[in-house]
Amino acid sequence: MSLPTTDEILDDLAFFDSWEERYKYIIDLGKALPAFPAELQTPDRLVKGCQSNVWLEIAGDNERIEFLVDSDAVIVKGLLVLVLAAYNNKSAQQILAFDIDAYFKQLDLERHISPTRGNGLKSIVARINSIAKAALA
Amino acid sequence: MSFNPAEIKKQFPILQRQIDGNPLVYLDNAATTQKPQAVLDALSHYYTHCNSNVHRGAHTLADEATRLYEAAREKVARFINAYDKKEVIWTAGTTEAINIVANGAKQLLKSGDEVIVTEMEHHANLVTWQQVCKISGASLKVAPITDDGELDVAAFQKLLNGNTRLVAMPHISNALGTINPLHELIPMAKSVNALVLVDGAQGIAHGDVDVQALGCDFYAFSGHKIFAPTGIGVLWGKAEILSDWPVWQTGGEMISVVTYDSATWGELPNRLEAGTPNIAGAVGLGAAIDWFSGLDLEAVKAHEQLLMQKAVELSTGVDGLIIKGNAPHKIGVFSFIIEGTHPADIGFLLDKQGIAIRTGDHCAQPLMKRLGVPGTARASFSIYNTVEDVEALFKALQKVKMMLM
Ligand SMILES: Cc1ncc(COP(=O)(O)O)c(C=O)c1O
Repeated sequence: MSLPTTDEILDDLAFFDSWEERYKYIIDLGKALPAFPAELQTPDRLVKGCQSNVWLEIAGDNERIEFLVDSDAVIVKGLLVLVLAAYNNKSAQQILAFDIDAYFKQLDLERHISPTRGNGLKSIVARINSIAKAALA
Repeated sequence: MSFNPAEIKKQFPILQRQIDGNPLVYLDNAATTQKPQAVLDALSHYYTHCNSNVHRGAHTLADEATRLYEAAREKVARFINAYDKKEVIWTAGTTEAINIVANGAKQLLKSGDEVIVTEMEHHANLVTWQQVCKISGASLKVAPITDDGELDVAAFQKLLNGNTRLVAMPHISNALGTINPLHELIPMAKSVNALVLVDGAQGIAHGDVDVQALGCDFYAFSGHKIFAPTGIGVLWGKAEILSDWPVWQTGGEMISVVTYDSATWGELPNRLEAGTPNIAGAVGLGAAIDWFSGLDLEAVKAHEQLLMQKAVELSTGVDGLIIKGNAPHKIGVFSFIIEGTHPADIGFLLDKQGIAIRTGDHCAQPLMKRLGVPGTARASFSIYNTVEDVEALFKALQKVKMMLM
């Protein structure tokens, strides 16, 4: 599936008035994310610091790093799509240059990056950044 | 005495809050309870008028603080029916209380000795004993539960033998709400002369605790689960055991005579209370116990049963909802999953509607594994919850289902 771009997501979300619509949209993004092959759901692909299980796998090369992600919680999956919109199929340099905090602020999802929930999202972003850094090293 | 939960609720300022424009429905009481105005006032009064170090100063404030602090110890002693107030040791909470006992056991146990825990332990009462066994060479035995989340009493009895030195078990399970039949289990453990530690974190606010009637050796609980502040808790233990128990932390207050070569320990309770204690916390716990004991506790229990019945009844209207923990004797905890959904999603979408529950493994990973779930959604009730709160939970769950399915 082709993921929506960050601009598309911001446009879509701006359109909704109620939290129900916003989260229904995120849930639908999560549901549309292709399932992670079961054999890849291994402990070494688990991202630590998430309330639910989150798996991350990479493919591609430094010029175009591809991320495969999955979670057993559908809202988290939807949030992962928001994150991937920023990072998927980008070069290592582009990944490191992206201002994720500004993006999260625009998304108005600060709840998800609050200490309890969303160490989750922070952990993913940290993992993606360290992958990009390692690619440049 | 009468008991009106709606009136009780008014005494808890935090319960007047709104979350995202919805009235807060607080159903995470097994994690921590809210504090009534009486406790907030006691804390504020203590810091405003009496703050001082205890047992030390030569002045009026120190006297007043010490009096309040020791009066709180007496209130706890009376509340749990201790033989003597010196058996009440202040701790930071249940976890520290268990660790004080474990610290001694680590030194007293040896290879060949056995420690029994249950399949429904909180990590505080599991990992602690697992580590004691690792260090001392004793072996850890785990008493199984049934699929309904009840302790298998016959299997428990089979584990007991002449090598059993200690049994550690919860009064009430934090993940399932199961009330263990301590009046049956403790005599069994005593018949092989084992020490018995009861993890009373959940029991203290739900289970009319009478340590003499229970016949256990140690009872551990946290103030914050019974309307008192965080950071204060109690280890109760029989005086004859605690007087010789290996000391926990060393330092000021707990000593008798100190030289450069040696030190001798003070009497109970001081010998197990090193350093400046959580004085305000103790005073707050005393106030919480006063407040709680002033209620009609039989009516409180009946009310909590009513909330549980209501939850069970309304849950039949939610397709795919499976209750985890169906012990005939349970209280306070309604743990569930909904097929095809993840507990974290349920918790998040309930929060958006002002309903606070906990999701996850409830500090009981081996128990979750036994139940075959990664975690559950857990609504837990307290005395200020009303039938309307339970109805609000299920109304909100219908929306959650609509959004997730
Ligand atoms: C059954 C049980 N044991 C132990 C604990 C640990 O209590 P605390 O974190 O207050 O030390 C809890 C608290 O969640 C509990 O529910």
